[in-house]
Amino acid sequence: MRSTDLRFRIGIGVFAAALLLIVVAIGITLANDSSLSLQRFGFRFWRTSNWDPVAGEFGALPFIWGTFYSSVLALAIATPVALGIAVFISELCPQALRAPLMFLTELLAAIPSIVYGLWGIFVLVPAVRAIEASMPEGLRALPLFSGPPFGVGMLAAALILAVMVVPFTSAVAREVLKTVPMTQREAAFALGATRFEAIRAAMFYARTGIIGAVMLGFGRALGETMAVTMVIGNNPQVSLSLFAPQYTMAAVIANEFTEAANALYLSALIEIGLVLFVITLLVNVLSRGLIWSMAPP
Amino acid sequence: MESSVAIPRPTLKPRDPQPNPNQQLKIDVEHLSFFYGEKRALEDISIKIQPSVVTAFIGPSGCGKSTFLRTLNRMNDIIPGARVDGRVCIDGEDIYGPGVDVVAMRRKVGMVFQKSNPFPKSIFENVAYGLRINKMTSSKSELAGRVEESLKQAALWDEVKDRLHESALAMSGGQQQRLCIARALAVKPEILLMDEPASALDPIATQRIEELIYHLKTNFTIVIVTHNMQQAARVSDYTAFFWLGRLVEYERTDKMFTAPSEKLTEDYLTGRFG
Amino acid sequence: MMIRKIISAVFVGACGLAVVVALIPLAFVLFFVLSQGLQSLNLDFFLHNPRPVGETGGGMANAIVGTLILTTLAAAMAVPIGILSGVYLSEYRGSRFASAVRFAADTLNGVPSIVIGVFAYAVVVLPLGHFSTLAGGFALGVMMIPIIARTTEELLLLVPHTLREGALALGATRGRAVFTVIVPAALPGIITGVVLALARIAGETAPLLFTSFNNAFFSTSLTQPIASITVQVFTYAISPYEDWHRQAWAGALVLVAIVLICSMAARIAAARIVRIRGL
Repeated sequence: MRSTDLRFRIGIGVFAAALLLIVVAIGITLANDSSLSLQRFGFRFWRTSNWDPVAGEFGALPFIWGTFYSSVLALAIATPVALGIAVFISELCPQALRAPLMFLTELLAAIPSIVYGLWGIFVLVPAVRAIEASMPEGLRALPLFSGPPFGVGMLAAALILAVMVVPFTSAVAREVLKTVPMTQREAAFALGATRFEAIRAAMFYARTGIIGAVMLGFGRALGETMAVTMVIGNNPQVSLSLFAPQYTMAAVIANEFTEAANALYLSALIEIGLVLFVITLLVNVLSRGLIWSMAPP
Repeated sequence: MESSVAIPRPTLKPRDPQPNPNQQLKIDVEHLSFFYGEKRALEDISIKIQPSVVTAFIGPSGCGKSTFLRTLNRMNDIIPGARVDGRVCIDGEDIYGPGVDVVAMRRKVGMVFQKSNPFPKSIFENVAYGLRINKMTSSKSELAGRVEESLKQAALWDEVKDRLHESALAMSGGQQQRLCIARALAVKPEILLMDEPASALDPIATQRIEELIYHLKTNFTIVIVTHNMQQAARVSDYTAFFWLGRLVEYERTDKMFTAPSEKLTEDYLTGRFG
Repeated sequence: MMIRKIISAVFVGACGLAVVVALIPLAFVLFFVLSQGLQSLNLDFFLHNPRPVGETGGGMANAIVGTLILTTLAAAMAVPIGILSGVYLSEYRGSRFASAVRFAADTLNGVPSIVIGVFAYAVVVLPLGHFSTLAGGFALGVMMIPIIARTTEELLLLVPHTLREGALALGATRGRAVFTVIVPAALPGIITGVVLALARIAGETAPLLFTSFNNAFFSTSLTQPIASITVQVFTYAISPYEDWHRQAWAGALVLVAIVLICSMAARIAAARIVRIRGL
């Protein structure tokens, strides 16, 4: 290799290495700065649910519970909607509508989280409160719907997360559907399939990629901070009820980081950040693997 | 594709197609024009096809033969901006008429594509697909029987009978194409449209497909698009020559290849352009 | 047969319904942001600083300036690293190092913004001893880098290789060919990508909460905490004061306007590029 070419390669390689370095540094820093908490509490940290830092109690179970519960609920709501949109835009809609619809879904994704949160506090929460208050007595008895109608709580969080996840999953699912060769649908049509059956054949072909798209949305929901913390109630309790105010990993870091008065408290919060980092990393790697198996970059 | 290697030619004797004026036409196209938006791709095509014959569509690339083939089962409907003028009558009924059940029509008019397109499922499931969605069988054993029958008709049964539940994608190109033929045959169409079915295959596989066509035509009306003139000569009873979206000549194969009426046809057949 | 047709029609309808269902919250959010925000938007908002707690009036001048400074800092850090990384990724696509970098970029894209805030806290706030604009800019910059890197890589790959061959055939070195021919060919797209990334991080709140923190006063110092539109909106939203709530909506309107303007500008620019260059 000529020396000028080598200098070029190293010259820009340094910047590329910086990118790599940053990611590694994040992992190392998080691990390092949570070592105090890791050593002190070990796995007990994640098994106990009493979070009372003032009294020295650090039980982080409510956070991981709240994160997963809200994200799974959001996924349950968002996935059919997102896939419906993806199918509509890529298979069903008239050519003229395609561009405006794509623009609108991108707009959904572009709205800042804080704006969703603001809308959440002043519009969504009162609406959810009204829904919760109007729940019939019979359903109230179920653990899923128990508790006073605060408005803030798991339901509001799941709804707002669903709204934010839909455009992500839908955009990736659309890309995946684009890679399905037209001949697959044509083969189905030629055998006398209805539109639904032909689309189903295409979606079957793309199933790995679609699962990847859904997982990507899941990863997005796991890490969402502002919108969630503004509507979830921020109460560290483990509860099955949709009405109960709860807490997520991202939300507790956002709310309590600046108030962490001692090194242990800070280290505990950073440990929560570390676990959040690792979980989202795993989900993202898995989802990307699934998507790339269909559509290599 | 011209081959310089001497391939053992099957000794096919085309049945002598005597047009029987009393027999109802299987496919009767009247003044068909086809448009992609503003662009006209097919101009005023009229052709009458008898049942149980093999008709070949030949012509240079881009002459419209595939487009025309696809109008015969309304496959062009899925292209946005596609428009059709004229009539395509199958068994006397215009398939572009109002109130036509396209889904049912497509079951009757089967199609095999240029590049084999099996579903990413097992061999069995591929053939069973059409039977399932059209609910054509009422029991598992009936389904299995029909699958076996179709695979035998496509001359594939012996090769796959022990691995019916393996992935279709693990087969060779020629086998996949025969699978696609079996899949199309399973729904018992009356007409089989084949769009350059052997163009992606090696000569041996091509030969097997051609033999298959010969054996199938007793029970089906077959229309095959091919860019290989020798294939058309080997396999078909009638040949239609297309050029720039128009039907130039339509004639019995033996007559067209020995004494074509149009100069354009003769020029194409003798390789003066193409 | 009828049943199949009905199922198909229901399915098509359901997909259309999904579109409507998704667009309803969008319409709702935009409606409220517009109606509530416009009421509270006035000149004061842009020119004055926040008033002390409890008093009405005042504005977000310091926050607007703060957001501008933070995004500029972020861009200053992220644009060189991002673009040059993107160049490396496209030039040396197959190499193992490039694959590792690409993996890192995609990973970084997926890291929750709050975690990046924690990282910036550890790296900048702790050594410095207090919150600062630098820390906030650093956090936002870290978020921008992978976005710019991947967009740059994809755009560079779209440049026809005949362009490179032409340059090399005239005796250009690899570096010369890249920087004088290929990057300029992709530059409009790269700039569009940078603008979109800027719009995105201008709307970020979580990474700023404990890096640049907040500042009730006007400040442009890099080593002191600084206000930002997003953090200010958050602070106002969770407060009990009516007046602050109104200002929060106004701030949200400004944020949405930024995002909308940048998105549309990027689209128009992209469409013009495709038309002019036939890329």
